[in-house]
Amino acid sequence: MLQVIAATILLGIPLRVFGLQLPEPIFPMALAFAWAVIRPSILAPFGILLLGLFLDLFWGGPLGLWALCLLIAYGGALAGRSMMAGQNRAILWAWYGVTTATAMVAGYLFVMLDSRSTPGLVPMAWQFLATIVLYPYAQRLIDLFEDADVRFR
Amino acid sequence: MSLRDNPLGELKVPLTWAAAIALVVAVVAATAILLSDRRETFKAEAYGVSRRASDKVLAPVGDVLATPGRWTGAGVDTIRDYFAAGSQNRQLKAELKEMRQWRDVAIALKDENARYRTLLGLKTDPPIPMVAARIVTDSRGPFADTRLANAGSERGVKAGNPVMSENGLVGRVIGVTNGASRVLLLTDIASRTPVMIDRTNARAILTGDGGPNPRLDYLRGRDPIREGDRLLTSGDGGVVPRGLPVGTAVKGLDGRWRVVLASDAAPIDFVRILLFEDFTQVVNQKELSQTPTPPPTPGPGGATVKPEVVAEAPVPAPAPKAPPAAAKPSSTKAKSADDAAPDTATKPAAKPNPKTGDETSAKSAPARTPATTPAADRKPAAKTSVMAKPNGPPKPKPQPKPPADGAQT
Repeated sequence: MLQVIAATILLGIPLRVFGLQLPEPIFPMALAFAWAVIRPSILAPFGILLLGLFLDLFWGGPLGLWALCLLIAYGGALAGRSMMAGQNRAILWAWYGVTTATAMVAGYLFVMLDSRSTPGLVPMAWQFLATIVLYPYAQRLIDLFEDADVRFR
Repeated sequence: MSLRDNPLGELKVPLTWAAAIALVVAVVAATAILLSDRRETFKAEAYGVSRRASDKVLAPVGDVLATPGRWTGAGVDTIRDYFAAGSQNRQLKAELKEMRQWRDVAIALKDENARYRTLLGLKTDPPIPMVAARIVTDSRGPFADTRLANAGSERGVKAGNPVMSENGLVGRVIGVTNGASRVLLLTDIASRTPVMIDRTNARAILTGDGGPNPRLDYLRGRDPIREGDRLLTSGDGGVVPRGLPVGTAVKGLDGRWRVVLASDAAPIDFVRILLFEDFTQVVNQKELSQTPTPPPTPGPGGATVKPEVVAEAPVPAPAPKAPPAAAKPSSTKAKSADDAAPDTATKPAAKPNPKTGDETSAKSAPARTPATTPAADRKPAAKTSVMAKPNGPPKPKPQPKPPADGAQT
């Protein structure tokens, strides 16, 4: 969690390299996916809620927006956990993409209702791409759990 | 009694169900927080304690983290300037030569404007004090485009204040705390800014959508805009002053008119927060509401209009005081009834853009009533009949140099 918060703050600094700004991925998405795949937990939803609230406070968006989107992604991953179990890396990556897309579509709808205006699809696509390339981080968390459990050895 | 003897000791909660219940509780909490959020309001208290506290903590953190990047950028600029000194010198000389010609034109226009304003007795807007600040954090997502600046309530920044870079309008302040203020960018999905096309004076609303080029909504008029037209703030609504540069118009890939923001020309590291207060904000609303309302205008077949109302209508100057000399044109500031506005120290060079007097008349429109607009359809006439009635029409000062050509306002 601390790593995610630190990475989000680090990519939030106003820096432009050759006229391009830094990407802004949703780092907590990796946690929401990995925690759901690893095992159902009582603490995980509240951790994700806190991370979402941090994102909203840090990015200055509507408070609760990312908290709700991340929880929807977590719920989706938790519901499809039995289908993901035992799958290889590429399939899990695809599931991660589906989960991220679900969260972003939910965010799109909530923002549309909140501001009565449609967000641009191009910036959404960029953020989606920047987020799905973070899957190796989620995979590492899953691998850490499986390596620590003697039943998976 | 040991735990094993306790009848609840053997109770086992299925982990999946417990996790599902925890998820539902968290979703309900997030929904409640989202529904209670009032980010879009202008009221300072709507920003919330949590946002103010987090901004106060994040501002110094962001400032420290951004420092290496800032130093690196400054170092690269220094090296680049060193190697490009010769070509830059030639370029600057050419620019200076051109600017000198523009300076002469500006001086002449300034003098002409001052004379016209004095002749017309226009109330010009008061000079806008500014606060310089540094941007310390930046968010660029599709759902939120905001920045955190390291100047807050301790320097007089208020929610609603417009924010400019050296190139153009950046956004407006939506939340203030001690030492930091949150700037809503023009590109944010919640941003709506009234703008006008410089060439045609047509109005539109600049609507952010999370992308780099916000779109123009509610364009009015026939063929009001062309590719490359310059856009300025219109000042309608009174949140942003009139005449601040916004950007240029382009046709988007989706066929809608969009704007290439002027502030995008360079990285936004330092900004100016304009401590702008609209006439409707500085005026004493209580006193204004106590002003006796004139009787309603009778219909065409009804009684006649009172002669004094008609007689007062053509008087252009609404101010109770006579306008000052032409040497200090911008000191004809709109003084509110309670003298809430700052003093009239004017520095036209420090202002981001010279503004016209139309702003004042447009903003004071709510003070007018239809009863006092007889035949004349001009704004000053309508305004005068309300505002100048108690004191009578002011005597116009004789002007030393009346303009030779026709008045161009």
